[in-house]
Amino acid sequence: MIEIKNLYKSFNKLTVLDGLDLVFKDGGIFAILGPNGSGKTTLIKSILGMVVPDKGEILVNNSDVIGQWAYRNDINYLPQIANFPSNLTVIELINMVKNLRPKEAKETELIATFGLEPYLNKKLGNLSGGTKQKVNLVLTFMFDSPLIILDEPTTGLDPISLIHLKEIIRKEKNEGKTILITTHIMSLVEEMADEIVFLLDGKIYFKGSADTLKTQTKQHNLEHAIASLLQS
Amino acid sequence: MFKILKYSFSDLIRSRWSYVYFLFYLALGFVLLFLNNSISKAVITLMNIIIVLTPLIATIFGVMYYYNSKEFTELLLAQPIKRKQIFMGQYLGVAISLSLSLVLGLGIPFVAYGAFQSTAIFDFILLIVVGAFLNFIFVALSYSIALSNENKIKGFGYAILMWLFLAVIYDGVFLISLVVFNDYPLDKVALLATMFNPIDLSRILILLKLDISALLGYTGAVFKEFFGTNTGLITSLGLLSLWVLAPIWRINTKVKKKDF
Repeated sequence: MIEIKNLYKSFNKLTVLDGLDLVFKDGGIFAILGPNGSGKTTLIKSILGMVVPDKGEILVNNSDVIGQWAYRNDINYLPQIANFPSNLTVIELINMVKNLRPKEAKETELIATFGLEPYLNKKLGNLSGGTKQKVNLVLTFMFDSPLIILDEPTTGLDPISLIHLKEIIRKEKNEGKTILITTHIMSLVEEMADEIVFLLDGKIYFKGSADTLKTQTKQHNLEHAIASLLQS
Repeated sequence: MFKILKYSFSDLIRSRWSYVYFLFYLALGFVLLFLNNSISKAVITLMNIIIVLTPLIATIFGVMYYYNSKEFTELLLAQPIKRKQIFMGQYLGVAISLSLSLVLGLGIPFVAYGAFQSTAIFDFILLIVVGAFLNFIFVALSYSIALSNENKIKGFGYAILMWLFLAVIYDGVFLISLVVFNDYPLDKVALLATMFNPIDLSRILILLKLDISALLGYTGAVFKEFFGTNTGLITSLGLLSLWVLAPIWRINTKVKKKDF
């Protein structure tokens, strides 16, 4: 379980998180939505310890994680932009990340799923954006961790890989894991998410299921529901 | 830390630029030995090149590596590793691979020429050590500048300015102030001013070892008079180590509070 209490963060004069309170229960897919610059990535990065909050608490499984590092062993994170050292090969990178984490990895299956075998000995600098994103996905999902955080996971993926990705996410969910996703693709949210967290101006504007959001805003379509949330 | 070091090092030694740098030193070594036909003369010429060029290359490499590996650093930051270890690993990867290019690039021609049979072998070793020190100092300085500047162009600009200041402007200002304040006793000031510039410090260190008074210049002479040759050598080596440690300390404090 992740508990966020009274979280504040500003960059220079721009307040990004403004006293945010939020709880993610164990198990399920949570979609974090919001317009550009609403603090989605900052929120995720605060949980990961990449952004140091100005004030507030973040509890992962009841222990405060700000300034800690060992708890990250229980989190799989998919960053928004995949950019790797250009002179390492794919397999070297996978082995490196495996080496950095003291837990078992199941990369072979994932490499096969995303058809990465021909690229294993290629240098990362020579790969296309979509292929890099697939490598990124392998790195994220190869560990068995209770918490998975995905920042724009669909960027650059072809339709087949997208189907595979959705299957993997569902499988992880069925194993009882907590999955946080940020995305701008509403169809993905409608299809996958158990709960929507809508961020606006650094605060939680809405938290609940997609259906509740639609009834609340009297819209049939999620995109329009979000739009009317923004207008109100 | 050693895992990160291992990977950033193996990434860098396969980079085209490391080879270009290595080949440059290799060619330089052979050409200088061929032209001077004497190891000790070649060492003097090399010193003048190393003292200006090594800091420049280290500065550029340090800044470039930081900005190029930014997204990858973010991936590492999400792993269960301490921040300090990530940045120290990367820093050492850059500094060690640059120093390796220097040691091998210059070592091969000098050893082939018979440096080990020569009396100038210690001068040559000192030159390489100073070159390595300059690598560690300027990679750390430029890394710490890059850490403080989100904007790539700004970071690059500041780093180059830092090099320009220490390699060129500092001496100019120093010289002008010596002329202007001619009437005052300047020994202590000159001594102090030298300590605040790693490039000057390296130059004096090598010249003290080579014992060429003609090239020592004013600061060198003051230094020699003040410390004597051996104490001078040890003091300047110690100061160079401080020059490595200070920016490393700054990197570590900066990294603790930084948002990625």
